[in-house]
Amino acid sequence: MSRRPVPWVLVLFLVLLCIPWLGSRLYTFIATDIAILALFALSLNLLLGYTGLVSFGHAAYFGIGAYTTAILMKTYGVPFVVAFPAAGIVAAGFALVFGFFCVRLTKIYFAMLTLAFAQIVWAICFKWNDVTGGEQGMPNVPYPDLGWMSAIPGLGSLRSGDHFYLLVLALVAVAIAALRRIVASPYGRMLSVIRENPERAEFIGINVRLYQLSAFVVAGFFAGLAGGLFGIFNRGVFPDFAYWTKSAEVLIMTILGGMGHFWGPAVGAMVLTLLNQQITSYTEYWPLILGIILIVLLFGFRGGIVGAVVALNRRLRGR
Amino acid sequence: MLEVQDLHKRFGGFAAVSGVSFKLEKGTIMAIIGPNGAGKSTLFNLITGHVEPTAGRVLLAGREITGAPPHEICRLGVGRSFQRTNIFPNLTVFECVQAAVLAHHGKGRNFWLRADQLYREQTEALLASLGLADKANSLAGELSHGNQKQIELGIALASDPDILLLDEPTAGMSSGETHETIALIARIAAERGLTLLFTEHDMEVVFSIAAHIAVLHQGRLIAEGTPDEMRRDPEVRRVYLGERS
Repeated sequence: MSRRPVPWVLVLFLVLLCIPWLGSRLYTFIATDIAILALFALSLNLLLGYTGLVSFGHAAYFGIGAYTTAILMKTYGVPFVVAFPAAGIVAAGFALVFGFFCVRLTKIYFAMLTLAFAQIVWAICFKWNDVTGGEQGMPNVPYPDLGWMSAIPGLGSLRSGDHFYLLVLALVAVAIAALRRIVASPYGRMLSVIRENPERAEFIGINVRLYQLSAFVVAGFFAGLAGGLFGIFNRGVFPDFAYWTKSAEVLIMTILGGMGHFWGPAVGAMVLTLLNQQITSYTEYWPLILGIILIVLLFGFRGGIVGAVVALNRRLRGR
Repeated sequence: MLEVQDLHKRFGGFAAVSGVSFKLEKGTIMAIIGPNGAGKSTLFNLITGHVEPTAGRVLLAGREITGAPPHEICRLGVGRSFQRTNIFPNLTVFECVQAAVLAHHGKGRNFWLRADQLYREQTEALLASLGLADKANSLAGELSHGNQKQIELGIALASDPDILLLDEPTAGMSSGETHETIALIARIAAERGLTLLFTEHDMEVVFSIAAHIAVLHQGRLIAEGTPDEMRRDPEVRRVYLGERS
């Protein structure tokens, strides 16, 4: 039984690439939303699932990325090719400074400090009117110039929202591929060793704090990239992006999908976004439903959706 | 090889280790014995940098390492195992040991190569020498206590240490397992020319492989010498050996 494994990831990518041709604005909109949030959740999982660090303030880096791209593009007219990587770099810079203090603490104290820094970021976004637009945020962040896409045969008939979706999909795919590579690398192995047992990790010659800090910076970088895309997608950036509820949301996505598996957080981002979309059209009690889902999950399926599927699959094959 | 000079450690008002000095020559096997709470584990933690001494010095090959962080001391060629089994439970046995091999070769900073392709042969050879080859793909946390102790030893050996500190390597083992493990340790120490410092509660084990014994009592070193000298020492008989008969 030596079959070649099906390249599911490639298949999925090609399917997602076709979404604009379904012709529905809503589908493209939701798919863009999910793609960006999937990257955001996957970046958090580098800390949560791989390094064993619980961050309650991951939205800070998402928000910083969003503001960076928005300010550069709207205020200074910087093109997207510069403003997008800048989102990751600036977010990583802040993660380096904040992380320097955070990794000095452990467990709940670490988590609280990440939250404290995130609230500071939020407060600055909220009050620094001249730069961030304060409470009103920055509406009308311009779309990147995607006129060149219309010149590509087959893409000319699509709307600009579809063009942006294709751009997001390509960029997110590259970012996720990089993350995947990182977690499978020797560096990634050191992170899992730290998650499993920091004391022992120290005594195979790993400088645990340094590695934790570097993971914090890398996670911040990818969260910043996601934020940069989200600001444009949302046609505006607002202080909410860095608020603690946003940090909680991405934490829920990660746990819902399953932090023990690379793709878990992406699945969580998808399921949470779709559920939110569906349920809010029937009832206003979305938080109630979400709470129930979480309770079921934490008692019944600790491994999240992907963890449950993997376990089921294993059981079916074992029989 | 390893020298400890007048080492002290106080936890609040309690003197866990007070004024311990000894020298460990290259290639020797030395045991530290003493009743529970004598300060054996603290002494190990002081040597490996997990706990900072209140006073005193630790020298490795003539170089002072007092107060250096554990990861640096490990890199200088000190390996250790822990009394409470201390492994990476959700990794496979192979991954546990391979991680230590990767770290030892300074590959931890590489974030682009595929970890599972690196140092396979070294890792497999090490697992084979520990008798763990058939368990390579099991999750470390799901194995028996004895196997986990072997994994610990594997992780410690993966850094290719010159000096190995084993804190109760046979704790919690059946007498059969104890003998196997001790035979294994003695063989590996001889093969690699390791300098070995270990603590152990089983006197039979201690007298069978240690060339040198130090007796720790209430944080102080009360005697030191060959197994025969220790058997004859009245003070040792009174505080320690006497308790057991």
